[in-house]
Amino acid sequence: MATHLDISHISIEFPTPKGPFKALDNVSLKIERGEFVSLIGHSGCGKSTVLNIVAGLYDATEGGILLDGREVKGPGPERAVVFQNHSLLPWLTSYQNVELAVKQVFRKTKSKKEMHDWIMHNLELVHMTHAADKRPDEISGGMKQRVGIARALAMEPSVLLMDEPFGALDALTRAHLQDSLMEIQKDLNNTVIMITHDVDEAVLLSDRIVMMTNGPEATVGEILHVDLERPRDRLALANDPRYVDYRTQVLTFLYEKQRKVEPIQAAAKSKKTAPSVKVANA
Amino acid sequence: MIPSVTMASLKDKISAFSFKGILLPVFGILVFILLWQVGASRVHTSLGEFPGPVVVYQQWNSLVAEHQRERVKEDKFYVRQEVRIAERQTKDPSYVGKLRDYTGKPTFFDQIFTSLYTVLAGFGLASLIAIPLGILIGLNRSVYSALNPVIQVFKPVSPLAWLPLVTMVVSASYVSDDPMFSKSFLTSMFTVTLCCMWPTLINTAVGVAAVEKDLLNVSKVLRLGWMTHVIKIVIPSAIPLMFTGLRLSLGIAWMVLIAAEMLAQNPGLGKFVWDEFQNGSSNSLGRIMVAVLMIGFIGYLLDRVMLTIQRFVSWDKTQVLR
Repeated sequence: MATHLDISHISIEFPTPKGPFKALDNVSLKIERGEFVSLIGHSGCGKSTVLNIVAGLYDATEGGILLDGREVKGPGPERAVVFQNHSLLPWLTSYQNVELAVKQVFRKTKSKKEMHDWIMHNLELVHMTHAADKRPDEISGGMKQRVGIARALAMEPSVLLMDEPFGALDALTRAHLQDSLMEIQKDLNNTVIMITHDVDEAVLLSDRIVMMTNGPEATVGEILHVDLERPRDRLALANDPRYVDYRTQVLTFLYEKQRKVEPIQAAAKSKKTAPSVKVANA
Repeated sequence: MIPSVTMASLKDKISAFSFKGILLPVFGILVFILLWQVGASRVHTSLGEFPGPVVVYQQWNSLVAEHQRERVKEDKFYVRQEVRIAERQTKDPSYVGKLRDYTGKPTFFDQIFTSLYTVLAGFGLASLIAIPLGILIGLNRSVYSALNPVIQVFKPVSPLAWLPLVTMVVSASYVSDDPMFSKSFLTSMFTVTLCCMWPTLINTAVGVAAVEKDLLNVSKVLRLGWMTHVIKIVIPSAIPLMFTGLRLSLGIAWMVLIAAEMLAQNPGLGKFVWDEFQNGSSNSLGRIMVAVLMIGFIGYLLDRVMLTIQRFVSWDKTQVLR
């Protein structure tokens, strides 16, 4: 079977006043249908850049993206994105936010009634039907992110791209949403690329964890296959030796092989942006 | 039964509100009137003392009375005409009478009305031009670069500089035997439009250009069409700044109009002020002061109306608007 999504030898350079800055160098990754892949790495290593290239929001300088054998250019709803800070339109209710996506994608193929049912179905998936008529500023951060996920799922994407979807949430809400996501994933079996800072999140959710080297000229460092049967239960796994081993492997990569040496000021800054990497547990 | 604790705190809240919301403003106004009275009595002009609050109040009453007398006269004028037409029609059934407009002098309140609809027409026209143009400029950097120098040059031009040009252009191009609008109305309106459109134009452009990047990305991922993108994403995000511009524009429109009316002798409050100044009677200064207060009060009301519209239109109900 041909690869579902083929990220093929992509590099990207950004122009800066001091000359071109090469953020990514020769990143290659093949992803099968229904696979859940996490990208993990230190902040600034270009994880988000990879995701933005797949989404079509950036153009790779070299290489390209093949989706089902066809090259993709520019953004499109078949590669739906769940953004880090929900990115809901604040002037629309949860329902209207999902509706905007549904109308855009299914305007020609679904009737009004079918579109309504489809919107409600997707809100149901993320357990948000009760707040369908609320605006983003009337619901909590976790709920906003749920609606954001519902909006992305409603586009029926071939690939779901998630850019640190739970990064801005507190630990309990995050765990709750991770469980929800696993449940949805069990039913829909989407192809997902997720960016994360959180080692536990990566091991718990992924089939494969792609660990990236530090930038500039970041690339794929190691790839770890997570061979844990689903459904996965976070409590049962906590003491599972395989789980602990996977965690250790990722942590070793991040803190020994790719230890980030930064000046004090920069380190303090990156701590702020990456609160979910739990060094103390290592 | 409401528990006594909440009753007490409710009372506190009400009294705190009435202290800040009513008592303090009333106190401020009283102090102002007092200082005004004291100060006015010390300023002497060739037309007598500078008008204090009492004189202004008397002049206000006399303006109201004048207006009522004029209305009675006007009613009689029309009744007389109708009677005359009816008489002629009984003699000659084929006669078709024509009612002539009342030719009496416009009163203070007629002038207020004239100024109000002139300012609203000018402001409306300015908004119709400035909002779409602002959206275009905000969306497209090339359009912005092309138009920015022109905008920056025309923005600071005083109404008095535009007025002669507008007057000449209107009298040359609007020629009609039975004009729908009077030329003076058009001159005032266009002058207001030219002077007040800039804040709306610039603020709309800034608001449109400042749409959050994440929302733009959402629009890109959804492949929204241009119109949907503008209606669903750009305009709602630009609304707060758009209204800032509109409120500034309306304020400028009102100030510009009074100046234009004074200079061009076009009907309105500005002409009322100028006429009273030229008249130079012992009542004139008091009447001008009535007009000054009225101009201020109407300006305040116009801003409140815009604020109410903004509250109604704005999606962000948590935003504090003042």
